[in-house]
Amino acid sequence: MSDHKTMTLTLIVWRQKNANDSGKFETYTAKDITEHHSFLEMLDVVNEDLINAGKEPIVFDHDCREGICGMCSQVVNGMPHGGQERTTLCQLHMRKFKDGDTIYIEPWRARAFPIVKDLVVDRSALDTIIQAGGYTSCHTGGVPDANTIMIPKPIAEEATDAAECIGCGACVAGCPNSAAMLFTGAKVSQLALLPQGRPEAAQRVTNMLQAMKDCGFGNCTNHYECQAACPKGIDVKFIARMNREYLKALFA
Amino acid sequence: MQILTSSVGRKILMAITGQLMVLFVVVHLLGNSSIYIGADGINAYAKHLHDLGPLVWVFRLAMLSLLSVHVLFGIQLTLENSAASPQAYAVKNYRKATFASDNMIWTGLLILVFLVYHLMQFTARVTPDIVQGVDTAGRYDVFTMVLTSFQKGGIAFIYVAAMVVLFLHLSHGIQSFFQTVGWNNDKTLPVITKLAKVVAVVFLVGYSSIPVFILTGILSK
Repeated sequence: MSDHKTMTLTLIVWRQKNANDSGKFETYTAKDITEHHSFLEMLDVVNEDLINAGKEPIVFDHDCREGICGMCSQVVNGMPHGGQERTTLCQLHMRKFKDGDTIYIEPWRARAFPIVKDLVVDRSALDTIIQAGGYTSCHTGGVPDANTIMIPKPIAEEATDAAECIGCGACVAGCPNSAAMLFTGAKVSQLALLPQGRPEAAQRVTNMLQAMKDCGFGNCTNHYECQAACPKGIDVKFIARMNREYLKALFA
Repeated sequence: MQILTSSVGRKILMAITGQLMVLFVVVHLLGNSSIYIGADGINAYAKHLHDLGPLVWVFRLAMLSLLSVHVLFGIQLTLENSAASPQAYAVKNYRKATFASDNMIWTGLLILVFLVYHLMQFTARVTPDIVQGVDTAGRYDVFTMVLTSFQKGGIAFIYVAAMVVLFLHLSHGIQSFFQTVGWNNDKTLPVITKLAKVVAVVFLVGYSSIPVFILTGILSK
């Protein structure tokens, strides 16, 4: 570590005791940060200092730290996951910052994502949307023979692109309207594209959109901020596909 | 009527009503350009329209319905969206949203105010100093009415400013229609977005040219 230059950063972090607390920003100094620290490791360093000083550490969500679990959820300098293209916050490294930078850290802000504590929000609203239709009703049992249902390669690829969604909620956090359209669009599309998903397609899109509304998410106005925020690069074409599915369901 | 309450349903209704009004904006621009033929052009065009009789009213009512649906859902959805994000970020860094996309409600409401003014001026003709008369062929003299109005700098300015606002609204609105009804994909969306901006520029230049040319004296009797 000693051969690396370290940097000192000013962090302006949202602190909130619980959902009922009004919350406020606190300023911290992050010392001895190297360019190899990930953003979350940088927070670990700050938290260690806070614990040693007998203060409450900053609470944040994290799990795999490999960019695949969808747990990390912070808006850094006004951009979900810190704004590096197709990168979750845990995979954002401090080499993207320079010594002396001031960094704003905020939780996902949306009515549908109540704040649990500090930077941790409750994202169960996304589960509610999935429960409304993000599945196929099929009989389980023995593994079916390969290629019994033929799916053209481009279709399979596109369904997989939609299925890349890790459900982190960055699309909601980035959306000026707090809509969950990219999330819902991706989930509707991944199933609608495949033959197994077709029988329930109309019911699925209607129910999932209703759940999105009931959970308190906003409405899409095509800003496309969600695509920019998505760590998996989910394309807004899946929102367009969901809109087509909705129209099909309407006239079905 | 699930379409009237659903998020995507109302968005689709806004897109369709908006796009139909864009078609009207196209036809209106073609009609307006008859002013470049002179008094004979636009006065004859206006007479043809008025000779349609009751059809004019059918058309006006249809436009009023489109406008009402678009405005009412626009206001309702905007209120819902601000309720969905009760707490603003201290720092917000937009990467895709534009000034136009972020201000649709305000550009929309400004256009509505302009529309009322425009109808009072050239349709109801109740604004002060409006010059009304008939031309030598006995037709209502739209040419002189428009000419004398736009020779006043203030009126010409209001019209050009309104067209800038319309440009902003449509530079987001036209491409938005294609996304909303799902007539696009990742390949076509960038092309549609560019073409929509070109169309919005054509409207801006086309409509603004009339007050500008009249005010500068390039277009006169």
